[in-house]
Amino acid sequence: MPLREKIGGTWAQMKTAWIAYALIAPFMLCFCIFIVGPVASATVLSFTSYDSIQAPVFTGLDNFVKMLTKDVILMKYVIPNTLLFAVVVGPVGYALQFGLAWMINKAPKPMKKPYIMAIYAPSIAGGVLISVVWQVFFSSDRLGYLNDFLLNMGFINNPVAWTQDKNWLLPIMMLVTLWSSMGVGFLSLFAGMQNVDGQLYEAGKIDGISSPLLELFYITIPSMKPQMLFSAVMAIVNALKSGSIGVQLSGQNPTPNYAGQLIQSHIEDYGFARFELGYATSLSFMLLVVTYILSRVCFRLLGAKEDE
Amino acid sequence: MQTRKIPLGRKIHLGLKHFGYSLRHMRLSTAVILLILTAVALVSLLPIVYVICNAFKPLEELFLYPPRFFVRNPTTQNFTDFMYATDVSTVPFTRYLFNSVVVTLSATALIIVSSLCCAYAFSKLRFPGQKGLFRMITIALMFSPEAVVITRYLVVNRLGLIDTLWAHILPHLALPMGVFLIKQFMDQVPNSLSEAAKIDGAGEMRILWSIITPAVLPAVGAVLIIAFQNVWGDMSTSTLYTVSESMKTLPYFVSSLTSGLTASSVARKGATAAAGLLMLLPNFIIFAVLQKSMIETMVTSGIK
Repeated sequence: MPLREKIGGTWAQMKTAWIAYALIAPFMLCFCIFIVGPVASATVLSFTSYDSIQAPVFTGLDNFVKMLTKDVILMKYVIPNTLLFAVVVGPVGYALQFGLAWMINKAPKPMKKPYIMAIYAPSIAGGVLISVVWQVFFSSDRLGYLNDFLLNMGFINNPVAWTQDKNWLLPIMMLVTLWSSMGVGFLSLFAGMQNVDGQLYEAGKIDGISSPLLELFYITIPSMKPQMLFSAVMAIVNALKSGSIGVQLSGQNPTPNYAGQLIQSHIEDYGFARFELGYATSLSFMLLVVTYILSRVCFRLLGAKEDE
Repeated sequence: MQTRKIPLGRKIHLGLKHFGYSLRHMRLSTAVILLILTAVALVSLLPIVYVICNAFKPLEELFLYPPRFFVRNPTTQNFTDFMYATDVSTVPFTRYLFNSVVVTLSATALIIVSSLCCAYAFSKLRFPGQKGLFRMITIALMFSPEAVVITRYLVVNRLGLIDTLWAHILPHLALPMGVFLIKQFMDQVPNSLSEAAKIDGAGEMRILWSIITPAVLPAVGAVLIIAFQNVWGDMSTSTLYTVSESMKTLPYFVSSLTSGLTASSVARKGATAAAGLLMLLPNFIIFAVLQKSMIETMVTSGIK
């Protein structure tokens, strides 16, 4: 029986491969507990009503109906904010990383290292420092650097409470996130560019590729697609990670007038402040689905062809 | 086409000549690029320089009006200030430091060992389910714990880790990036090396430890940087998974110095900057030392 043989064969393979399973076990165990587990339970809990004290009650699609029809704050503030934030931090940030990596690649050799260090440094700084530095920079009285500068230049007459102002909070959040987003993805783009075979450029010159722009589109980008995909994935992660920056900067959740309310803060608000865990996890679930779709799009655009 | 071999001495000579040429006849486009890059580099460094300056400013300079950016009379007062800032918290500063050091070192070591083992199996061994599992890890690269913060809390709670140091360590061990980067790098190491050792009768652990690991040290360095930064700077494990002050880590302490820092509130501005600088320093040192291996690893980081 072919099927039985197949199963028997696989079983034999598995027996000889026990050492491989032993080697992956520690990581896979953590992976399952802290990544697969939370994702799976978020999926299940999103169809329930759960307050963390009584057992979850299955409620079908109620949470999703509530999301679409009753959660005014979500529709009015959170989704538009998150979309705007994601577009600026994701694609715009990605383009910025690519541009900077490209320019550093064009710079004379001894200059490359210092530039890399300088631009990568903010991503090392970490979330804590972000609030330490930027809170003082945008501080609401005359001692804030921005206020002091603008007062001296005569642009404003009274100090502005930047991070409490509903018009300014979101732009500031984007600025700070962009500043700190030149991390691993940026390094990967730079390394990928460095590694493009020099002979390709010479061959291109012979074939009549004259401008740097043509060179970029016909030689550089096609040869570094794997790195571009990796850093696109990193850009998505970064946009997700920075979700609570509005809360960090303004010091309150919900943020003033919901101006900096992103989906992550909304989830925490429902989960940890209102204890509507079922609804909060259904928001998480939607976020995961959207992220997954986005990453599929990236894989489609930049992934290897045999994948499709 | 055959490439001509140029003797090394002549090559260096050509290189130097070329460099001198490029400085004298620098193209306009290069000049513009350098200008933009320098501006961007300055803007990104500005906040960090600012922290360094503030960390060394004496009190009267911190609250000077109009504020001055650079420090004039540097002092180390701020550092001693936050170390004794017991009015903020009931626990001394050294306790947070101790927790942070223990947690970061053990988590980083565990991440490196488990990632190395796992990457070796994926890169050099064959076993059923290999492809599917690695695909899962690749997809999980985009996973960020922030998305499922609530169910993650439930898991940590169920495991009984709340209010222990393990709550800072274990969740960080699930770092798909570590396995991914080391595996991609390991794929470049020729199989002939390990096969020769196998014929000589070396076991898998032996091959991994004495042949493969030395060959993938750059990737280990890169994972070390990433893991260290992740754990050292993470405040969320302190706020979410711990209750008592004595179980919290340094990032929490630093941010508790900042919280309630309306600019008029006194005194702690310098201490905060000093503490922030202390947080930053290890990250910078590690990156500066391992910078080269980071770039080397990033070359193979692509998702194929």
